[in-house]
Amino acid sequence: MDAQTLIAKRIARELKDGMLVNLGIGIPTLVSNFVPPGIHIFFQSENGLIGTGPIPQEGLAQARLTDAGGRPVSAIPGACTFDSAMSFGLIRGGHVDVTVLGGLEVDANGHLANWMIPGKMVPGMGGAMDLVTGARRVVVAMQHSAKGRSKVVRRCSLPLTSARAIDLVVTELAVIGFPGGRATLLETAPGVSVADVVAATEADLVVPASVPTMTL
Amino acid sequence: MRTTSVADAVAKIPDGASLMIGGFMGVGTPERIVDEIVRQGKHGLTVIANDTALPGVGIGKLVSAGVLKKVIASHIGLNPETQKKMLAGELEVELVPQGTLIERIRAAGYGLGGVLTPTGVGTVVEEGKRKVEVDGREYLLEKPLFADFALIEAFLADYLGNLTYVLTARNFNPVIAMAGATVIVDAEHVVPIGMISPDHVMTPAPLVDWLVVRS
Repeated sequence: MDAQTLIAKRIARELKDGMLVNLGIGIPTLVSNFVPPGIHIFFQSENGLIGTGPIPQEGLAQARLTDAGGRPVSAIPGACTFDSAMSFGLIRGGHVDVTVLGGLEVDANGHLANWMIPGKMVPGMGGAMDLVTGARRVVVAMQHSAKGRSKVVRRCSLPLTSARAIDLVVTELAVIGFPGGRATLLETAPGVSVADVVAATEADLVVPASVPTMTL
Repeated sequence: MRTTSVADAVAKIPDGASLMIGGFMGVGTPERIVDEIVRQGKHGLTVIANDTALPGVGIGKLVSAGVLKKVIASHIGLNPETQKKMLAGELEVELVPQGTLIERIRAAGYGLGGVLTPTGVGTVVEEGKRKVEVDGREYLLEKPLFADFALIEAFLADYLGNLTYVLTARNFNPVIAMAGATVIVDAEHVVPIGMISPDHVMTPAPLVDWLVVRS
């Protein structure tokens, strides 16, 4: 299993029947492919849709039914649409149960940086700041390292997305939570040891006596 | 509401005007009005919108044509030309969190002196803004955002100017219809009064100044 699939499958296990969920672009989008059978998730697209469905069959795309990247999607039965003020009221008002977002850095206190690299990449924050500030649970999906450097850092060097700490970060090596505001190793990926995770992580991790292996 | 040709509608927009434009990655953007702005070669416009779409699509056409002085948006990441012009100093870009942007527009249209939002507290977004504590939680005071014109794409407009939108093309449109001093609408279909049920009207007719006719 490749790293992205492993991360997406593990995060899909966080989703429970009836939840309103917002997925960011990149690895988070893959999470919708692994929703456990028998449960119904309301996926929100922040451009104004609850009930986002898969990419439509060839020839059935509707130019005014799109995801947040402007690509055609379908809508499942029971879907609904709304304007941007309501879309962000849902997000900021605590009505979104879980948001899954990509990350550039997550620090030892659970702070997330994921919207710009000064001087290099300035795409704008889009909905990321509202999502991290307002969603009930914030889960970050990202590779553990980039160019050999840990993305789970002592302190974010990039501009923060929110002052609010995230709840969980899932990488191809580990699941890390932030109980009491401290990065804590909750699970390791299959075939990965606690020592492997600690060695690959810049932030100091709280390591409980027993760390289970991820169930996928 | 009065009807107008697209050329006459755009002729009402002076150089240097501020425009709110509906659309999310070009979906829900009044493309005919955008094309006419480019054709008439306006200068120094400010655009307030969610994003700048892609080169060749919606607001992306205005960026490429060089008719803009400033963009206030939440995301420009999918239009490399916007980023290039920003970094070259040819285009001023103010980035605003999406939920804050739409609430600033809503505040203007709804007669509010601003909104208090937790979004941006503790980030670079709070720089230069007043913080207000309410019941122990910190918020940023975000001020209302008005524009000279709101350029709207509707799905249905009736003869009076009542509007509906469809699916994800609604996005910023009904909100900017409240905040633009002059509201210009391009509708996919114009229908008789009564075809849109009162409960389904999303923008009430008195908000609409000009409806662009199909030639």
